Amino acid sequence: MPEDPHKHENHDEVSASALGPSSRRTFLSGVGAAGLVASLAPFSAAATAVRTPEAPPAGGAGFSRSGAMVAIRLRVNGKDHEVQIDPRSSLLDCLRENLHLTGTKKGCDHGQCGACTVHINGRRANSCLSLALTNQGDEITTIEGIGTPEKLHPMQSSFVEHDGYQCGYCTSGQIMSAVALLKEPCGGADADVKEAMSGNICRCGAYANIVDAIQKVRGKA
Amino acid sequence: MEIFDYSRVESAAQAIAAGAKSRTAQQGANVRFIAGGTTLFDLMKLNVEHPETVVDINHLPLDKVERTPNGGFQIGALVRNSDLAHHPEIVKHYPVLSQALLSGASAQLRNRATTGGNLLQRTRCVYFRDTHMPCNKREPGSGCSAIEGFNRNLAILGTSEQCIATNPSDMNVALMALDAVVHIQGVKGARTVPIASFFLLPGKTPHIENVLQPGDLVTHVSLPALPEGARSVYLKLRDRASYEFALSSAAVVAHVQGGKFESIGIALGGVGTMPWRAKAAEAMLKGTTVDPAKFRAAAEAVLKEARPQSENGFKIELATRCLTQTLKLATRTAS
Repeated sequence: MPEDPHKHENHDEVSASALGPSSRRTFLSGVGAAGLVASLAPFSAAATAVRTPEAPPAGGAGFSRSGAMVAIRLRVNGKDHEVQIDPRSSLLDCLRENLHLTGTKKGCDHGQCGACTVHINGRRANSCLSLALTNQGDEITTIEGIGTPEKLHPMQSSFVEHDGYQCGYCTSGQIMSAVALLKEPCGGADADVKEAMSGNICRCGAYANIVDAIQKVRGKA
Repeated sequence: MEIFDYSRVESAAQAIAAGAKSRTAQQGANVRFIAGGTTLFDLMKLNVEHPETVVDINHLPLDKVERTPNGGFQIGALVRNSDLAHHPEIVKHYPVLSQALLSGASAQLRNRATTGGNLLQRTRCVYFRDTHMPCNKREPGSGCSAIEGFNRNLAILGTSEQCIATNPSDMNVALMALDAVVHIQGVKGARTVPIASFFLLPGKTPHIENVLQPGDLVTHVSLPALPEGARSVYLKLRDRASYEFALSSAAVVAHVQGGKFESIGIALGGVGTMPWRAKAAEAMLKGTTVDPAKFRAAAEAVLKEARPQSENGFKIELATRCLTQTLKLATRTAS
């Protein structure tokens, strides 16, 4: 007899009511977290043995394939951070999950949308496509490093002034790109800005206002 | 993504020793060099690439653009695409290369992507990137999903029954038209390979894309000196105005003297399984009087070999027009 596809769900419903006054939403989020823990368990077990980078036979820094977490040092927004990361981490995940710098957003995770744009050694880059291990020694700047709510970067102020966003999800990437653009060879026309900003996608379509915001800061508007 | 060993090397010798342990330097390599990571790390996330060892070569001293004794230029494998595109000498002497680089990817990606990585850039064929689908390039013998599938963006030149994947690089098209030379260091020492011999047609072995062997490290790409007055141009046609792979592109490097093509190098992108040297057009034009009325026939001669698929027959006319127009651009003010 084929297994009833609703069996587990029904069972969960029963368990939920047995646990007392708990909304379906809180229960489901609890189940989600439990599932996550379960699926990560083999890795977490291995991860208890925290290792620091060791020298490979040929010299230089490295680590061996043991499934262990690895300690790396990252310089972000002018401060050095020592973090234990999964060696497979992208710079993006490291910033968000380990350093809790969640201003940098994950969109496509494949270098196609630009939401994760940060500066690496003063130049804009997709943090989702950078293996964090390779960023040791780099000077990384995130949206948190260019301005504060009290003292916005001129580009941040200009995005506010020109309404350069709608939902806001792409905005930190747009702004990091735009700030980097100020130091790049880029013609003065709106078309030049559009070309230079083509690596940042805005699903809300705030492009016209984004161009205005950037041109204002460049003194071209 | 599978777990991997990671090491950072400080010398070419260390990199070669690490790379030599790989089964292959092609698809399925268990040792991979990482630089910008814009292709490799992406494919590792998709489980298309699953190296057991990742060797970080970012700290090798290969990040310079230098003039060679013969008047050409030598580009280090770690020179970032943006630095190469904006290098004053490259802009001045090899505009086709600068234009090709700037037409590719986005500013963010160009800041990370390197010359060596771009040279080895992998196809964007959706079936290659999807491990749930058969793909002879990713998994030899599993079949080609593209031939009966979504093939609008794929190749019409150099294809085989096993693979129709396009080489996606713009830079490679310019390097092909410029007769660049790839400099390789490996377990048996250093060697050079003309770019025309570097890439391999898919044939029955689409997983083997170039001549690299385990341990081989691309250290430089060199460009020959161009004759005084040579002109070069890159034209790229695509679905969007920016940040999109080519449906068709053309690179032309022409030296016109006394109204005649003294020399001409032509390559096409977006249509070939490798950056496509347009030998038929070169042969028709070299030594002849510059006459735009002859350009279309030269382009047609290249596309005569085209084998369109169910969705990409339009590329024959598109590539013909693209090359015709690029030849016009390259000779516009030449006399």
